[in-house]
Order: sequence, then C-alpha cells, then structure tokens
Amino acid sequence: MDITRKLEILADAAKYDASCASSGAARKDSRGGKGVGSTGGMGICHSYTPDGRCVSLMKVLMTNACLYDCHYCINRRSSNVTRARFTPDEVVQLTLDFYKRNYIEGLFLSSGIIRSADHTMELVIEVARKLREVHQFRGYIHLKTIPEASQELIALAGRYADRISINVELPSQQSLNTLAPEKNLARTEEAMGHIRGKIDERHAEKRKPDAPKPPPFATGQSTQMLVGADASTDAVILGCADKLYTSHRLRRVYYSAFSPIPEPSSILPLKAPPLIREHRLYQADWLLRFYDFKVEEIASAAAPNLDLALDPKLSWALRNRATFPVDVNKAPRELLLRIPGLGVRNVERILGARRYTRLRLADLVRLRLQMKKLLPFISTADHHPAKLGLDSDSLRARFLPPPEQLEINFDAPPAPATSDFLSVRSGEL
Amino acid sequence: MRTIVIEPEYDAWRAAARQLLAQGVSPEEVLWTDDAQEASLFVGEAPAASAPGANAIKVPAAFMDLARSVAAHTDARRWGMLYRVLWRLTRGAERHLLAMATDRDVRQLQDWSKAVGRDIHKMHAFVRFRLVGTDAATGREQFVAWFEPEHRIVRLATPFFEKRFAGMDWSILTPYECAHWDGTRLHFTAGVSRSSAPDEDALDDLWRTYYRNILNPARVKISAMQSEMPKKYWKNLPEASLIASLIAESAGRVQGMLGTEERAAKPAPKNAYLKSLHAMNQSEAAAPNHESDPA
Repeated sequence: MDITRKLEILADAAKYDASCASSGAARKDSRGGKGVGSTGGMGICHSYTPDGRCVSLMKVLMTNACLYDCHYCINRRSSNVTRARFTPDEVVQLTLDFYKRNYIEGLFLSSGIIRSADHTMELVIEVARKLREVHQFRGYIHLKTIPEASQELIALAGRYADRISINVELPSQQSLNTLAPEKNLARTEEAMGHIRGKIDERHAEKRKPDAPKPPPFATGQSTQMLVGADASTDAVILGCADKLYTSHRLRRVYYSAFSPIPEPSSILPLKAPPLIREHRLYQADWLLRFYDFKVEEIASAAAPNLDLALDPKLSWALRNRATFPVDVNKAPRELLLRIPGLGVRNVERILGARRYTRLRLADLVRLRLQMKKLLPFISTADHHPAKLGLDSDSLRARFLPPPEQLEINFDAPPAPATSDFLSVRSGEL
Repeated sequence: MRTIVIEPEYDAWRAAARQLLAQGVSPEEVLWTDDAQEASLFVGEAPAASAPGANAIKVPAAFMDLARSVAAHTDARRWGMLYRVLWRLTRGAERHLLAMATDRDVRQLQDWSKAVGRDIHKMHAFVRFRLVGTDAATGREQFVAWFEPEHRIVRLATPFFEKRFAGMDWSILTPYECAHWDGTRLHFTAGVSRSSAPDEDALDDLWRTYYRNILNPARVKISAMQSEMPKKYWKNLPEASLIASLIAESAGRVQGMLGTEERAAKPAPKNAYLKSLHAMNQSEAAAPNHESDPA
C-alpha cells in the first residue's frame, strides 16, 4: 500500500478527534539546532476545512486496526473498513515534510489498539522519540495515550509530547459498558491523575531556585466526550467535565457531536449530529472555566439539559432576573461576568475605562457590544431599564432566533446585526 | 500647519514625533504624509533639530508596542492619529488614556493594531514553502514562499519564521518586501512579482490528500471556514482548489453513510490482552463501592 493510500485511510480514521489545539506548549524553537520547529504562544490554524474546523496538526492514526469494539467508532473491530498501518518512519517523514512547508504546527498521533496497550503505546512513542531525538524536531506533538498502558510508557510519552490526552468518550461507566465495552472510566481517571502528578512535579522542579532544568514534560492534558451517542444529560456531561477540570486540572474537555460514520453499528443507529447541542456545551464549558459558573447553575437536576434555543448565560439570566439590571459603573467583576453578551475581554475594558469615566451607552457602543442583548440587563449613566422589561414574559421571546434560522444555520448563533447598533446609536444622538 | 514627510516606517514616525513633541507642536498643526508625491504639493517644513532634553519624553511602554503595530497598517491617517494620542498621553496629561477602550482615538488605534495582528497571524498560518533545491556546500534545504499581506508586516512577521525554520534556508517573497534566512542572518530586499516564486511543490498533492480526508462531511459549515480563511487567501493555498468539490460531494457522502446497512458486533478475537481487559472490567464492575458515575 503506498503512502498516499495510507494517509487517506489513517487521516480519515483520525477525524473524529475534535482536538487540534497547538497552544499552551512550553516556549522552544529551532535556533541553534539542526532541525525545525517552534512552540509557545498561541496556536496557529494553518487551514480550515469546509466543516469550519481548523487544521493545525497533522492528525493521523498509527494504525486503524483495533482490538476494541466501540460502537460509535469507525475503527472498531466489527467494522469492515479498510485497514492500514504506518511505520514510525513514514509518520516521521510526513510530519517533517508537511512541517517544512508550513502546512502544520506539528503532529497529533493516536492509534487503534493492537496486540496490547503497551505495544501500541511503544509504536506511538517511537515516532515522537525519532522526531525529537533524531531530527531535533521542536514543533508541537500531541500524543494520545491509553489508560491501560504502563505508567513508565505514559511518562515517556509525556517527555516527548507537548500535550497528552486520554479520551473519556462517554461520561458514565454505564454508557461505556453498552457502547465501549473495553473502556473503563475509573482507569481513565486514574491515569489522568498520574499524568497530573507528573505535570505538577515538573512545574514544582522548575520553580526551585538553583535546581538544574528538569527534563521536559507535556504542559497539559485534554480529553474528549462524545455527545448524542448515549442518553447522558448535559448535567451529567458537564458534571463529568467539571470533575476532570478540578480533580485532574485538564486544559480542555472537547465535546464531539456523534456524527454519521461509514460502517455503522447495529447497536448504535446513525442520526444527524446534534451540532447545536455540542455548541451549547462548549458555551457552558466556557462559563465553567472563565466565568465562575457552577454546573448546577447551568444544568440542574430539575432541568438537566441546556436550552438549545438560547445560549446558557442568557438562559441563566432569564431564570435569575432579580440579579438585573447590573450597573456597569459599579458592579464588581464577578457580576459583570454574569451579564449576557458581555465577554471576559470587554469586562476588563469596562473595568479599565470606568476608573476614569462614568460609562454611557455610547461608550458601550464604541466597544461594539451586542447592545440589543445587553440593554435589558444593564444600567449605565444614561440608561435605566424598567424593571417591567425584566419581569415581562416576552423577554425570552425577544431573544429567540426566528425559526428559519434555527433550521438553516442551527449551530452558529446569528451575529448581532448592524441594525442593532444603529438603533442604539440613533436613540441616543 | 506644517507637513511632515516620513518613510512609512515606525522609526521614522518616532523620530519626527519626538521632535514635534519637544517643540510643543500640537497635533492640529501637523499634516503627516508618507507619500513623497503628495507631499511635494505642500511646502514641507522639516522639523528643527531637537532641543536638549527632548529625549526625556516618557510614554507608557504599551503605547510604543501599539505604535509599532499601528505603523504597519496601510491607512494613511495612522501617523496623525498616533501623534494625537501621543500628545494626549503626554502634553494632554491623559496618562491613563490607553485604559480607555471607550475613547474614539484609542479604539481606532486598537482596531488598526488588531488588523495588523490578524494579518501577521494569517501570514504565519498561510505561508506555504516550496522546496527549490539543496545548497551544495551546506547541504541545507532551500525553500521559497509567496505571500500577499494586506499590511506592511514583513519585518514584524518574519522573526517567527526565523525561530521556527532555523534549520533550513528560506525566502518569503511579497509584493513590497522580501525576507531571506540563510542560517545566520535574516535580511530584507525589495518586493517582487508573483512570477518570481514557484507555483507548486511535490508534496502539495499529499497535503491535499490529507485535507480531503480530514474533513467530516456530516458537519459542513462553510461560513465558519470562510470567516477564518477568507477567499482572498485561497489563490495561494494548494489545498483550496479542493474546497468546491468537497462541499459539492459532502451531502452525497452522508447519504451514503445513512444508507449503509448496520453491522452486528463481531465476537472478541483470541487475544491475551483483551481477555485480561475484560476480566479487569468485570472485577471492577463487581466492586460494590466503586465510584464510576461522575455525576
């Protein structure tokens, strides 16, 4: 089988991993060395495919042969998909060739499980080792690890990689038992705990004065959860994510809408990908990580699923109207962060500017805020919304997108129209 | 009113702005231009030699960074706006001005800076190197790329490539300025036309193979792609030639998947590792107090 055919099969097999991030690595570059590569700072998306997803890393599997039988996965052993297998040298060469042409930031390498967890891990590590040690490659490497692999091998993977990850796949063991009978949530978490320990250990070593620089180790770990393949509610999914963020300090949890695959399984019938739900989960995830929300505030036992029609912050605000309007000239940061339509950056801008001026609506318009969304929830020097507006039943209806937009562009909430700004502007001139 | 003609570079603006500020020339009295043709229509007045102590002007470091970035923008009004904000920060006694994202002038500078930053980021992303040969003496591979930035960013954007591609020789050609790296020195030459750069690389086909296969046809979302990779970049990206056909065939591919007969699960093969895994899972399931549901 030639390299083109292998690349077709093993890229196709890798596309269901959502992560392509190349950010958050330690700063390193190729100066003074013989090779190429640099990391640090923000990641770069070198291309975008028509699914709107960023192409940052060359994402491939070592092999798509697999002992496991995960029913959402095209590579499961029961699938009749064509199998292929790269040699470590082939992946090394492809990575370097692509990198030198500036197609990619580096390599995302995963694999089907063949023979055993350790054997598979060794193949994956061999690619990273050659890139780093033989070719002095200093670009980004993300290695997928297997929870059942030995701790020594996972530690070795972490030495060569900028990021390592283990996919949770489904948020409860019950779901895994049905759909991914080889996977075990407790073992995954245990492995994540070990990785966290390694990351923390290196961090502590680095901060010791006068100590020699410790050997490199991945700066972060991430995971992925499949959405819509099992019956888990958003509360369960977000609860799992929150636990992983707090107990294992994951950099990212990716949510991947279960989407049709060739070779479907009779245990898991195909359906359209729940893209809007995936989008809402990402929004909720952001609220957990950057806006100080608690899972129960976003998805509670009483209402365990996110409102698909409204973003979770707006949804929360409509359920907690007594909190509003918030005075943007006086409210503390944590309250500003709760205002629908106001992001972290603009909260900082407001905090900066209000030290010197009393903010008026025109100031907020100049920050290009989503005024229509904001207005019912804020007060400024020249704007005091009637409590009436906040009490009215029609407030929710105001924010609902027209039904046809829900169908056509269902996972991209419409950007505020320029007319929104114009109406505000003309109102105050 | 005096007209200040400068080279379209940050350093030239900075030198002129320093002198004007030292002389107490207010922004309303200055017309900035970096176009020699246009400047000849006015009676230009060169700024007088700087007074002693002119170097003592203190401005926030953040302003210098902002100015360096704004200087690379192509908007002709940038010099005047930079000087006005500099004036306000110093003579105007508005030292806090940069904290006022709500100020029109600050907002304008930030917008320009953001546009330049985006242009730099896109250059880092969308430059495509083509292998043209190997240096016989050093054995280093030599690459050439063609890029068309929107702003004058070559000097700001290329140190990144020096760090990243130190181990190969490369040139990035653009219409107004070219950058070259030979392993020891990054240097710049005048702009060239597109015909000076190679059109293809032997690896482009393999790259297109990757691009075609990493797409998930069940999630097509063209607007998201275009907002991050606007069409103006497509002509210099080898993979972009596939976009139209990939979009056209996606719906059919999904229909094909949905129409595929579902497969029943195969029994587990005889594999020692798999057996041990199943045994482990069973014993864990049997453990009464095992916490497996994170919710």
